[in-house]
Amino acid sequence: MTLIEHAPILLIAIPLLAAFLTPIVGRVNSLLRNFEMIIALISIEFLAILLSYDVIRNGIRTYTLGAEIPGLTSPAGFPVRIILEVDAMNAFISLIASSITLIVAIYCLNFMKEQRILDKFYTLLLLLLTGMLGLTLTGDFFNLFVFLEILSVSSAALIAFYVQRGEALESAFKYMVISSVGALMVLFAIGLLYGQYDLLNMAAIADSIQGSFLDKVALTLLISAFLLKAGSVPVHMWKPDAYGEAPAPVSVLLLTSALVSLYVLFRIFTIFAINPVLLGWILAILGILSIFLGVSMALIQNNLQRLIAYSGIAEIGYIILGVGSGLVEFPSPTGFGFTAISGGLFHILNDTLDLGLLFLIAGAIFYLTGKRDLSIGGLAHSQPTLAVFFLIGMGAVSGLPPFNGFASKLMIYESVYYLNPLLAIIGILGSILMLAIFVKVFSAIFLGIPYDKELRKIPGSMLAVMGILALSIIFIGLFPNLVLESIITPATKALINPKNYIEAIL
Amino acid sequence: MDQMSKIVRTIASLLIVPGMIFGLYVIMHGHLTPGGGFQGGAVIATISALFIVAYGERIKGILNQDVLSLVESMALLAFISLAFLGISVTFFHNFLANSGKIFGASVSGVNPGYLNTGGIIPLMNLVVGLEVSAALSLIVLVMYFSSRNEVVKDVT
Repeated sequence: MTLIEHAPILLIAIPLLAAFLTPIVGRVNSLLRNFEMIIALISIEFLAILLSYDVIRNGIRTYTLGAEIPGLTSPAGFPVRIILEVDAMNAFISLIASSITLIVAIYCLNFMKEQRILDKFYTLLLLLLTGMLGLTLTGDFFNLFVFLEILSVSSAALIAFYVQRGEALESAFKYMVISSVGALMVLFAIGLLYGQYDLLNMAAIADSIQGSFLDKVALTLLISAFLLKAGSVPVHMWKPDAYGEAPAPVSVLLLTSALVSLYVLFRIFTIFAINPVLLGWILAILGILSIFLGVSMALIQNNLQRLIAYSGIAEIGYIILGVGSGLVEFPSPTGFGFTAISGGLFHILNDTLDLGLLFLIAGAIFYLTGKRDLSIGGLAHSQPTLAVFFLIGMGAVSGLPPFNGFASKLMIYESVYYLNPLLAIIGILGSILMLAIFVKVFSAIFLGIPYDKELRKIPGSMLAVMGILALSIIFIGLFPNLVLESIITPATKALINPKNYIEAIL
Repeated sequence: MDQMSKIVRTIASLLIVPGMIFGLYVIMHGHLTPGGGFQGGAVIATISALFIVAYGERIKGILNQDVLSLVESMALLAFISLAFLGISVTFFHNFLANSGKIFGASVSGVNPGYLNTGGIIPLMNLVVGLEVSAALSLIVLVMYFSSRNEVVKDVT
């Protein structure tokens, strides 16, 4: 038994084990519980790095639960057990999910210190990570549904964390209802596929799919459900409420889970590949609408977290626009299609870093002042570091040159321009508006006469994780080629060559 | 809600025996008949619901939230540990099947239904039953308290 052979399942099993251990350890000592959680998260991060490195070098790795050897996927000629399948694409996503959760957990240690029921909070945090990693790594449709449910239930409970405020409960209920509708659509689609092909494995279904009317219905249901979880335009209504009412670090995790849903969407798209041109156009149009609606709604918000949530909708729009216009060239995207898809995937990474930093700053402002709206003013006098971090996040999210947002947005613009110049122009206008919005926020919160009340100090660990995010934003902005060549290009190649994904199972 | 009459309370206490036996039967035969850990656990949890109806306010002395919560966490931990024990082969590998002694050899074809040859599956059913019965009892208990507008200790 080697560690790397079991890495795919350990990525799901260790957070689950840690989640179940947390309430018991928390009874003994809260310090011990924090230690246990951080150790678990660090080991997950280590495994994710190890797995990504291995997968990019040696190709797809599969894991069959309960079999005699991990690689035995089809003992009787067709896959029967639960199978995890990792290629460069989902290794990349699992790396993002585990790193962001580690950062958020370190941030929470001090941010959440004064709250009660922390045992349950950390349990839910780890369950959320389990859901995200499970959705990412699984190669089985029913398993996908189960992890989607784990994700929905734990997110809803986390959104309702400030339960004494009625709005938090209301938005958690809204999220619960909407994600249950999404989960039912997924279940119905799985039923349709299972009824026709007697298979639950994604790769095996993709191999034998006929493109019949029922398949199209199932595909539409799956796409709608995962667009709903990602929060693209026609189904974005739960997002501002959920992101605005949840504790700020939880909003970062909700954002990451939306990006994980986007990954599942792209995977279903490429392996089934029924009518990719039409679906690509639909995605591109939805992306443009998301950008337009996200920035125009963010303009009028007064609550910082809601504002960032709306700009999050716009950022999701950029990802969908990039990947959607790349899919128009499917099944052999070589020229602008390849750039568009890798730009979209690159933007997944940049989006988590930028908006994650902004959400954590919003949390720090709430920690300092207890306020969630923009009526603060003059915070830069006493908190210069926070102001600098905000400037970095602002520049990155609106795509200014030295930061990472510029690199991925430029790739999206120049490739989308080949598809249709109008789409690229609307995208650029959206970015400019985004800058205007955040300049307004910056002046409202940080500039002006000094904040009059006595402020407490921001704990060092909170500043440190924000610093790590800010540094990685600048680093990726200065050396985008390094990240592109080492991670993004293998991920794009894995995504656009579904043949390898299918053949690794059969 | 006050406690109900002595007749109801006595019958509720007597019903523990058949209720428990039926619940445990469903759990232990999970790998042979329809049902299993979840269903059997739900059957056991109905006894808690019955007790809440019969005893009303006095339930605080009978069912302890803290203990139920601990049982729930321990059962979850036991479940994932059983899965981890098979990891020398693969995660969730049934390492007890065919291991001889009391676990015997696994059977196939028509057979009367042996309880012991399922390897770790009956054990997993058992811990799931424990977890579900504790969790559902806890849910019913918390719902009872909040229906009386009493704030439960954890939820402020």
